[in-house]
Order: sequence, then structure tokens, then C-alpha cells
Amino acid sequence: MALLKLTSPHAHTTQNTGNVMQLVLLATIPGALALTAFFGWGTLINVVIASIVAVGCEATIMHLRKRPVMFYLRDCSALVTAVLLGLALPPLAPWWLVLVGTSFAIVIAKHLYGGLGYNPFNPAMVGYVVLLISFPVQMTSWPAPMPLYPEGTDAPGLWQSLQMVLPFFNESVDAFTAATPLDTFKHNTGLLVEQLYQSDPLYSQADWAGVGWEWANLGFLAGGCFLLYRKVFTWHAPVSMLVALALCSALFYDGGSSVSHGSPVLHLLSGATMLGAFFIVTDPVTSATSNRGRMIYGALVGVLIFIIRSWGSYPDAMAFAVLLMNFAAPLIDNYTLPRTYGHKKPRKATEKATDTKD
Amino acid sequence: MRKIWSLTGGIHPAENKHQSVQSSIGSLPLPDRLTIPLNQHIGAPPKLLVAEGDRVLKGQVLAEPKGFVSAGIHAPTSGIITHISDHPIPHPSGMAARCITLEPDHKEQWIEHRGIDNYREKTPSELLDIIRQSGIVGLGGAGFPSAVKLGPKQPISTLIINATECEPYITADDMLMREHPQDIVDGIKILSFILGDPDEILIGIEDNKPEAFEALKPYLQDTNITLVEFPTRYPSGGEKQLIQILTGKEVPHGGIPADIGIVCQNIGTTYAIQRAIQHGEPLISRITTVTGKACATNRNYQVLIGTPISHLLQNNGFDQSQCPRLIMGGPMMGFTLEELSIPVIKTTNCILAPTAEELPTPPPTQPCIRCGMCAEACPASLLPQQLFWHAQSQNYEKLEAHNLFDCIECGACSYVCPSNIPLVQYYRAAKGEMRKLAQEKINSDRARERFEFNQARKAKEEAEKAAKREARKRAAELARAKKADQEASPGGADTETNSADDIIKAAMARAAAKKASPEEQRAKLERGIVRAESHVNAAQQRLDGLEQDATDKQWEQARAALEDARLRLQNAEQKLAALGAPTDDKLKDATVDTAKSVMDKIQASPREALEKKVSTLKERIAVTEEKLVSADDKTLKTALQNGLKKQQAKLKDAEQQLAETPATADQPNSTPKTEDAASAAIARAQAKAAAQESMSEEEKLKASVESLQNRLKKAQAKLTAAEAEGSEHIDAFRTGVEKLQAKLTAAETQLAEKTQ
Repeated sequence: MALLKLTSPHAHTTQNTGNVMQLVLLATIPGALALTAFFGWGTLINVVIASIVAVGCEATIMHLRKRPVMFYLRDCSALVTAVLLGLALPPLAPWWLVLVGTSFAIVIAKHLYGGLGYNPFNPAMVGYVVLLISFPVQMTSWPAPMPLYPEGTDAPGLWQSLQMVLPFFNESVDAFTAATPLDTFKHNTGLLVEQLYQSDPLYSQADWAGVGWEWANLGFLAGGCFLLYRKVFTWHAPVSMLVALALCSALFYDGGSSVSHGSPVLHLLSGATMLGAFFIVTDPVTSATSNRGRMIYGALVGVLIFIIRSWGSYPDAMAFAVLLMNFAAPLIDNYTLPRTYGHKKPRKATEKATDTKD
Repeated sequence: MRKIWSLTGGIHPAENKHQSVQSSIGSLPLPDRLTIPLNQHIGAPPKLLVAEGDRVLKGQVLAEPKGFVSAGIHAPTSGIITHISDHPIPHPSGMAARCITLEPDHKEQWIEHRGIDNYREKTPSELLDIIRQSGIVGLGGAGFPSAVKLGPKQPISTLIINATECEPYITADDMLMREHPQDIVDGIKILSFILGDPDEILIGIEDNKPEAFEALKPYLQDTNITLVEFPTRYPSGGEKQLIQILTGKEVPHGGIPADIGIVCQNIGTTYAIQRAIQHGEPLISRITTVTGKACATNRNYQVLIGTPISHLLQNNGFDQSQCPRLIMGGPMMGFTLEELSIPVIKTTNCILAPTAEELPTPPPTQPCIRCGMCAEACPASLLPQQLFWHAQSQNYEKLEAHNLFDCIECGACSYVCPSNIPLVQYYRAAKGEMRKLAQEKINSDRARERFEFNQARKAKEEAEKAAKREARKRAAELARAKKADQEASPGGADTETNSADDIIKAAMARAAAKKASPEEQRAKLERGIVRAESHVNAAQQRLDGLEQDATDKQWEQARAALEDARLRLQNAEQKLAALGAPTDDKLKDATVDTAKSVMDKIQASPREALEKKVSTLKERIAVTEEKLVSADDKTLKTALQNGLKKQQAKLKDAEQQLAETPATADQPNSTPKTEDAASAAIARAQAKAAAQESMSEEEKLKASVESLQNRLKKAQAKLTAAEAEGSEHIDAFRTGVEKLQAKLTAAETQLAEKTQ
């Protein structure tokens, strides 16, 4: 047997991209469970439909691009996109909404830009924004958390949920929809925060920031901590995003007046905050590359979220903030190179070869 | 406890060190032959001192260091030199290089050698010379000559002994410390003395070698040597990284540790230096780890330099069918070997024979998702994934801005990459390409500078020439004006001839330049021959200098160069021969021809006159004959006949004269004189040409100036005579004088230029 000629290093970790993606999928479980517990089967149905569509699209595109289909499916990146989008969409959303969003995310946002690793924008967020702009009614119809259902009303079971989502059944979802905590704040005029918290069962029955939402967010926070522990990403982007968001909301809390934009706790534990912080902002492909860059990137996402939530026309802002910062990531990269060993200060990526080295 | 700093980045791969530390350092039976590469270090190859067939003793010098950064090699055992030829050497490329093949005679006969009892009686430079002569190089990896590293210009405050051995599998230093702690400490003391006893001496060791730590500890009491243990993390054994861990300082970009007062030495090197100084033993063996699951026994051996890998493996139950790749060095930075005949060299710290399960072949590469795990692992704080993107797109400017050249190629980024991208290989390729481009840029810059300088020089020369011409012109005008004033002669028409004069001058200068060209050609050829001769000499010298330490390729190149130079010399000589001899003749012929044509010109009118004379005479005779025929008067007839006779005689004379005037003279009437003058002129021209040949250009010019001056004088004399006589040829004489004057000034300026 002839000896192989290979370059160093000869040792490798057993970890591969598929493993990393699987870890991310695993980490979404607590959040997904919390969502299911409070909002019913809709979330899981979303995830399943999105996953099937995503894998189908990925396989088709890979086939069209004449690449080994199974090799690329095994990296699970399409599945991650699908799961994140599925979790972000309103539970019990009609099937075609999920289909359109997912296929747009995979085909347009991912593969038209060159596939895994080459997409400048987070595919799940692109899919989400496309749906939000195209189908605002469906996208803002969130079911009420189960504990707040009127007396005597049962939460829809799996079968009933499927009937609401899939075609030919036409069960109405409207009966179950309710405003989200962020919606409530957005449309609050005249009530002090304290009054609002007392009058609205969404808050009065909650521990911190809205029934169901706070637990879903805590679930995603737990998943994120797990990923941090497994060193799938570094703390820089999520922590700076959360800190920036908390600081902004603290600054504009306004002592809980009727024009307040909500407390830091509300902002941290409602909407897509934690899902975004640990699963979207940390998407390595579309964020900045250095740790310093990721801190800046994360912080600006946090600031943008607060700005859009408070003064924009949408109650939540995760997708817009992330996409806007996706634009800025290459620019941030140019000016946030780390200081290399032996150098006095960091360099800029835009430096020309003729510039002084050091 | 001494403060330690943490390594930036780094990884912790499976250590796999336990396998090879189960038994003590072993020794192997002598192999059938030892193959010793000439160049086992960074720097110039040493000078070979032995020839094929020589018998050498153990420790005998086989090659001595040549140049400052160089190291010698020594016979690892006694025996016969059988070959000095190219052989595959340990190199990532699998290349072959000049090696000495030694067949051991199994006598192990040492050459006479003696250690130094008290090295403190010697000077550091004497000790450094011993280290240099003992062929000691850095045994940790690169093989940089130790004597150079230990003789820095900068003052040294810290000596660091690298006992880190951070690569997985390798235990050579570990075992050395366990078994030879006393010698190592002695070696450190020698290093300390050489470096002028630095304030701080640190031994850096990872915490995965507790036995070695304990073994060294007792010998360090009552010394100023500090043993510093730090967490195991690859690549803490890199020189720059170890310095960072132990001192918190960083070696500046583009600098060496000595710049911050630090010298770093590998612990194996320290031991080798101790052997060389205290025992007089050159570096002829080293400790090498033989490990990997494809070997039945995993152990360290004291291996003679030059031992074939196959010998090591065979003695350890190597199963090649289980071993898809064979690695020299560790699994992180080692390189694969394609042949088993490759020898162990001074830097061979490990032979790793892993099974396919142990180190599986890398799976297919997946796309980079910029996860940044590589950046977390990088000990130099680079952004490996950005480097990878830019290396892929060959964006060398960005690679430079991202400090690609600060990459130490430790492989930590490739190790952690979840997409299995061979990052280090991309960096190596990009670095190679960038070095090549940088060299090309230097070359092209140099060429451009040369060209620009050349252009500037030419322009300057041209300007100077133009200025001179201008000055000359003005001087000539002045002279003419003066002369015109002085003479105030009726022939004041001179003023109009000014421009004509210039034209003539220029034409003459051109002619002079043209005339010089065969000489120049000749000179050029002669210079060419001298050059070619020196080429031949140089090539010969190179060939002589090559001796036997060069590779076959170098031999061929040298021979080809010599042949080429010889051919060129021959060529040049032939050309000179072709041009040379005929040139002389041509030159002579040309001069003579000019002389003849001048004669012809001068003679042209007399000859024509003669011919005219003959024809008129003939006509007259014809007329006379007619008259004679038609004349009836007797007296008239006689008169006519007499006249005819006279005419015929005249005709005869004239014809004779005509016939006798092939060449000419100044005076058309005296044929013999003309002849003489012509031949004399030819003789003069020939003599002049001959003389010119033997004269230097300056002399020639001087001679021509002199002759011109003479001619000018004569012509002026004639002119005055003609003016006095009021001759009708006065104008011809005047132009002649002017022409001569012009020639003279041209020749004089030429001479002036030459003598400058």
C-alpha cells in the first residue's frame, strides 16, 4: 500500500458542520416546547411544514446545481433555517404562508446567493420579512396564550390545529387570536404602565413580561446558554445585543408613564428577543467575523430593535434589525480586525500593502 | 508560584503521549547503512570534507560549516563512505538532496575527542565555536544553527528553555528530562554562561509531564533556574507562544526574541550542547519517538543521525498494511513521508505510524460557514476564515492587511474547522505565491530604476553635448568674425558660408564617427572576448568549488554553464578573426582608396587636358593631311609635311603622356613627378593606416590634428602666393583652406573630448 501524501495538521476534531447545526437544532427545543405549551400545536406544525419544504427545496436546488444532494442535506443548514422560521411564524398560520416563507428563504435568500456560507442575509429573516410585508394580516394573528382562554374554551387539539392550518378544512383561527405584549404596548394610549399591567390579564397573570412569551423567551435563553457552553458561538454578539436593548429600554422607560415604551424586562422577555439574540444574531454567515465586530454588530441590532419597536410601525423588529445589520457586517469587518500577536495595534482590512506594517 | 500568562487561542487535541513513555530510552542495533543528508539545518549547506571510499571514525567531521548560518555534520559511527549522491530526504515535498552514505564497520571506533572540564575558563566565543563545530542545531523543529542563536547582538535578560513538547504523541523531550536531568541542568548553566548570565532562566514545561517535572526539580535547588509549569494547550511550545506564556511579552512583528532580550532554546538542544562542551561529542544522534498504533511497540530511542526510517520501524513491529500515512514529526505540524528509506535527521523528533482509525483521512471539505471557531483557536489572533476567503480569491492585498505572514502554521484552525477545510494549506500556498510576487516586484523595481537612471544619464549626456556644440559654434563664429575684421579682405563673402560651414562640419563629424565604428566594433569584440574568458574562468571556478557536496543537478548546471561560456568565447574569437584581420586590410584599403580618388580628382583635369590635346592634335593632323592632299604647290606641300611631322610628333608625345598618366601629380605637366607624388601619397596613406593601427585613438587623433595643421599651413601659404599672383584659382585655394580649417577644428574637438 502506497503511503499517502497529506498536509498537516493530520489530526482533526470529529466535529463537523452537520454536528454544529444539530446542536443548534437541539438548543431550540426548550423554546419550542414553551411555545407549544402556551400557544398550542401550531408552532410544531409550522416547524414540521417548514422543515419538509426546506429540505425539499434544498434537495431540488442541489440537484439542479449538480451537487451531491445527500452530502449537502447532511449539513442540516436548511433544517436550521426552517426550524427558526417555523418558530418565528405565528402558530396556526396557514400552510401556504409557511410554504412561501420557507421556499423564499431557501431558494432566493440562500441558494441564489451561492448556497451555504455565501448568503449575505439571514435566510430565515428574509423569509420572515417577505411574509410580513406581503401578508400582514396572517403574520400578525397570534393566538392567545392558553391560560387566557375564556372559561370553558378548550385549546385546539392536534387534529383541530391541523384542520386550521392545512387546506380544505377552513377552520377559523380568529377565535383564538389576541394581541401580543408588544402589540399592547404599541397601542397603549393613556394608561400608565402600572395600570396596564393590572388591567390586562396578559400581564396581570404573568410573572414578568406577558403570559407565555416570557417562558418562550426563557426557553430560548436556556438553549442559547447551552450553545454558549458548547462553544458553538461566542458570547459577544448575543450579550451585546441584549445589553444594548436593555440599556435603550431602561433609558426610555420614562418611569412607567402612559407613553412609556416598556421596561427592559418586557423588551428582553417578549417578542423574538431571545430567539433573535441566540439563534439569529449568532448566525455566523451573515454577521461580523471578529469578536469586536460581533459586539458592534450585536449592539447595533439591539439598538435597531428598540428603535423600530418603539417608533416604527411594526410591534416587533427582530427581522428588520438583523437584515439591516447584515448589510453593515462587511463594513464592520473592515475596521474590527483583532490585534495580531507581535503587532502594537490592530490593522484595518482596507490597508494597502504600501502602508506601514505594525 | 511564578505568574504565568495564558496562551491566546489554542486547542487541546488528544495527547496520546502515554503509549511511548512506558519504557526507557532504548537503543537500536546498527543499521546496514546510514544516509546522512548534507543540509539538515536552516542556512548554507556545509563544505564536504570526505570522498567516496574514505574510512571515517565515529565523530569525525564529514562536512564543516560554510558561512555564518551553517552547521557541520559528523560520522555517527565508524565505517566506509560508500556513496555521496542524491537521496530522498525528510522534506514535505519528498525531494532528494545530496547525502553521504556510510556503511558502518561495527567497530564504533571514536575519533579522539575531549571535553572541557571547566568551561568558565573559556570565553563564550570559544564555546560558541565548539557548538558550531559540533554541528548543533535547534532540535525542536526548524534546525536553526544554535551557535548563531546563542550569539545575539542584543543584551539578553531572559533565557528560556523550551521543554513544552506540546505536540501530541511526541515524548522525546519528556524522556530526556526523566533520564538526564543532571546533564540538562549542566547544559543550561553552559548556555547561561555563554549568554552572559541572564537575570532570569526559565524552563517552560506543560503540566502533562509530571514525571519530568519531578525529575528536574531536585537538580534546580541552589540554582537561579526556575521550572515553570503551565496548562497543556497546543501550541504553547511555539517559541513566540512560550515567550508569551512565561513573560507576557510578545516578540514584535518581524523581529526575533533577542529583540526583547530573550533567547529560547529547546531542551534537547541544551543536552546536545552539554555533550559537545563537556564530552567533546558532536551531534551524531538524537532521541526520537517511534509511536502510532501501526507499530507494535511505542518507545523512544537514541537514534544515530542517518538511520533509515525503515530500520526504526522494523525494530518496532511496524505493520505497513495498517498504516495509510507515515508522519515525521507530530500530528499537528509533521509531514508525511512517502518512502521508508528516508533517514532520521537532527530535527526528527518523532516517527508517527498511525492506523486509519487513529488519524482518519479527512472527510470532504464543506463550505465555510464563518463560524469563527478557527479565530478562537488561533494563537496569533488572526482571522483564519477571512484569510481563507481572501486566499481563495487570491486577494493578496487583503491577506497582507490580515497579517497572513504572522501565521505560524500551527494547524489549530484546521484542527477545529467543522467544515474540514485544509486552511493551513491555503495559507502556505498563498504565502508562497506572495513571496514570489514580492521577489518579482523587487526585481521589476530594480529594472525600472536602472532604466530610469539610464535614461537620465543619456539625457544628461545629450544636454552636455548640445551645450558643447553650441559653445563650439559660438567660438567658431567669433573666430570667423575676428578674422573677417582682421583681414577685411575683398572675399568677405565668407559670412554667407557660415551655415554651409556648419553643415560641412556636421557631415565631417558624422563621417568621423562612422570611420570610428569598425574600430569600435573591434574594441567591442575584444571586450566581449575578455568577458567571455572571465565567464569561462568563473564557470570553471564554480565547477571546481562545487566539489561533491552539490546535487547532480547543480553539477549539470555548472557544467552546462562552463560549456556555454566556452562556446561564447569561441564565437567571439571567431567573430573577431572574421572582422579583425580583414578590418585592418579594409581600413588600409579604404585609406588608400581615398588617397587614390583624391589623386584622380586632382589629376582629372590634366588628363582631360591631355586627351583634349591629343584629340585636337589629331584633328589638326587630319586637317593638315587634307590640306596636303589638296595642295599642289611643292613648297607648300613640304611646309605642310613638316608641319604634319611636327604635329605627329606632338601627338605621339601627347599620347605617350596620356598613356603614362594612370596616376597623377599636383602639376599636370610633369608626368613623372605626378606619378611619384601619387605613389608617395599612397605610400603615406598606407603608412598612416599602418601607424594608425598601432596607435591608440587619442594618438590617432593627435596625429590627424598635426597633419591637418601642416596641410592647413601649406594651403594657406599657397593661398597667399595665389593672392599675390592674382591667380584665377584663388577661390579654389580659399575653399581648400576653409575645408582644412573645418577638418582641423573637428579633429581638435574630437581630441578634446577624448582626452577629457
